[in-house]
Amino acid sequence: MPVELLDPSIEAGADQEFLYTLNFGPQHPATHTTLRLILTLDGETIVKAVPDIGYLHSGFEKLGEDLDFNQYVTIVDRMNYISPVANEVAWMTAVEKLLDLEVTPRCKYIRVILAELARISDHLLCVGAAALDLGGLTAFLYAFNAREGIYNIIEQASGQRFHPSFLRVGGLMSDVTPEWVKLIRDFTVSFPQAHADIARLLNRNKIFLDRTRGIGMLTRDEAIARSVTGPLARAAGVVRDLRKDEPYLAYGELANSFQVACAAEGDCLARYLVRMEEMIQSMNIIQAAVENLPAGPVNINVGEKFTIPDKQSTYRSIEGLIQHFELFMWNRRFETPVNEVYGANETANGELGFYVVSSGTGVPWRCRTRPPSFIHFAVFPHLMEGHQISDVPAILGSLNIIAAELDR
Amino acid sequence: MTDFIALLKPTFGDILKREVFRDNVRLIVPADAVKPVLKSLKEQHGFDMLVDIAGIDYLEYPGATDRYGVVYAILNIKTGERLFVKTHVNDPEPALKSVVDLWTGADWLEREVYDMYGVVFEGHPDLRRILMPEGCESFPLRKDYPLRGYGERHNFPLLTRAEG
Repeated sequence: MPVELLDPSIEAGADQEFLYTLNFGPQHPATHTTLRLILTLDGETIVKAVPDIGYLHSGFEKLGEDLDFNQYVTIVDRMNYISPVANEVAWMTAVEKLLDLEVTPRCKYIRVILAELARISDHLLCVGAAALDLGGLTAFLYAFNAREGIYNIIEQASGQRFHPSFLRVGGLMSDVTPEWVKLIRDFTVSFPQAHADIARLLNRNKIFLDRTRGIGMLTRDEAIARSVTGPLARAAGVVRDLRKDEPYLAYGELANSFQVACAAEGDCLARYLVRMEEMIQSMNIIQAAVENLPAGPVNINVGEKFTIPDKQSTYRSIEGLIQHFELFMWNRRFETPVNEVYGANETANGELGFYVVSSGTGVPWRCRTRPPSFIHFAVFPHLMEGHQISDVPAILGSLNIIAAELDR
Repeated sequence: MTDFIALLKPTFGDILKREVFRDNVRLIVPADAVKPVLKSLKEQHGFDMLVDIAGIDYLEYPGATDRYGVVYAILNIKTGERLFVKTHVNDPEPALKSVVDLWTGADWLEREVYDMYGVVFEGHPDLRRILMPEGCESFPLRKDYPLRGYGERHNFPLLTRAEG
C-alpha cells in the first residue's frame, strides 16, 4: 500500500487535519479472514475506505494451468471453502460445456442436491456470523449446529467433511447410498426448525434491525453498474437468478419447486431477509430432488473415454486398466477441443463462472475464475461511505466476503 | 441470438469477427476499437452489466498470432443475452482503453488483469497492483513466468521483532 493512500490529508484536503486513519485488519476478528481496510475517519464517521487485498493470494489460477481438469477440482474446493461443492459444480459446468458432455439424470439431481446444501451452508454461516458480529451469539450457534448436519451429509457421500473433491468430469467420485438419502430426509425435517429458531431470534430483534436497516444501501442501478450478482443484487431489486434464467443441470425440471427471493430496499436487512428466504427455497429444491431422484448410473458411459473407471473394472478387466492409465498418465489424459468457453452457476454468493481456455490437452491453458467475493468487495468502499465505524461489521457481514475466493 | 455483427456494421465496418462455440458468442475486435464497440453495445444494445474481464496469455498457444487476449463478458439484464467481446494486445507495451467510465465494476477487474499480465488500461483512475504485493516486478500469470516463481517466496525480506 503506497504511502499517499495512507495519508488522509491529500485525499480530503490539507485543511482537514482532524481526519485520522484507522487500520482495520488483516488480523481483526470481525473481518473473519485476512481482509485489510484502511479507513479515514472523521470522529466515528467513515470518510473513505480503501481495501487492501491479496494477503491470501496463493496462485490458484496459475496452479490450474498445471493441473488437469479432474485435479483442479481439489483447488476450486478451496476457493469458497464455506460452500466447496458448489464451486466444484460450477467448475464442472464449464469443463463439461467445453467437452460437450451431458451428465446422466441421476448425476444432475445429486449435483443439484449438493449445490443447494452448499447454498444453505453458506447462507447459514453468513447469517450466523452477521448476527455474531452484531452481538447475537445464540443465532450463530444455532446456525453452526445446523451446518453440522450438512457436513455429515457431505461426509457420508464423499468421505470428507470440508473439501470433498466429489465431482469428476462426466460424473461423480462414487454413487450415493440409501443412507445418504435418509440423512437428507432427516435434514429436511430438522433444518426448518433451526431456520425458524434463527428467524425468531433476529427477524424482530430491535438491536439487529436498528443496526441493519438502512445501512449499506445499494440501489438497483449501482448493483448492475458494479457487476453485483447473487443475493446482494436480488436484495437491491435485480430480479436475476441463473437457476431460473439459464437453467443448468436439473433446475429446468425442478423450476416449479422454487421461487426467486428478491427485495427492493438494498440494505443489510434486505440481504439478510433474502438469504433467509433462499434457504427455504433451497430446502424445497432438495425435497423435490430427493423424492424424484432418478435411478441409473452416475457416470457417463466409460466408452466416451472421459470418466475414470471404477476400481472393479480397473483391477479385473484390461479395458478398465488401460483407460485408468490413459487418464492418469501425465502425458496421456483426454483430448479437448482447442477453444475457450465460459460457464457459470448461481452459487450462494452470486454468479461463479469459469472462463476455460483449452489448447487440446488434458490440462487447461487458462482457467479464469469470476469470483463473486472479489467483485462484491470492490463495492464495499462505496457502501461504507458516510457510515459509522460500528457499521463496518454489519456491512462486511452482509457481503459475505470469503477471502480465499477474493484473493485466490 | 441477435446478430451483432450486422447491427454494428454501419458504425464499425468490417473490422469485427464473430465466433460461436457451444452457447458462447464471441466478437473479435481490434484493440483500438474495443472501447467504442463496448460503448455502443452498452448504450444502444442494452448490455448494461459487465460480468467479467479475463486476461489470457497465448504465448505458444496452437495457432495463436497475438500474445495476450482480453475478454469482456457482458450481459443484457433485460433479455439475459450474453456476449463475449475479445481483443488481442501484444508486447512490448500491451495497452487498452479503460472502461471504468462505462461500468464502475471494471475497476478491480482491470486492476487484476494489469496485475497478472501487465496489460495497461489507459484512463483507469487507480491502476495499482491488487493481489500481488506492491514491490513485485513480474506478472505471474504470463506463460513465461515459472510455476514456482523466481524464488520470491524464499527471499522474502523478513522483519524481526527487534527491527519492527
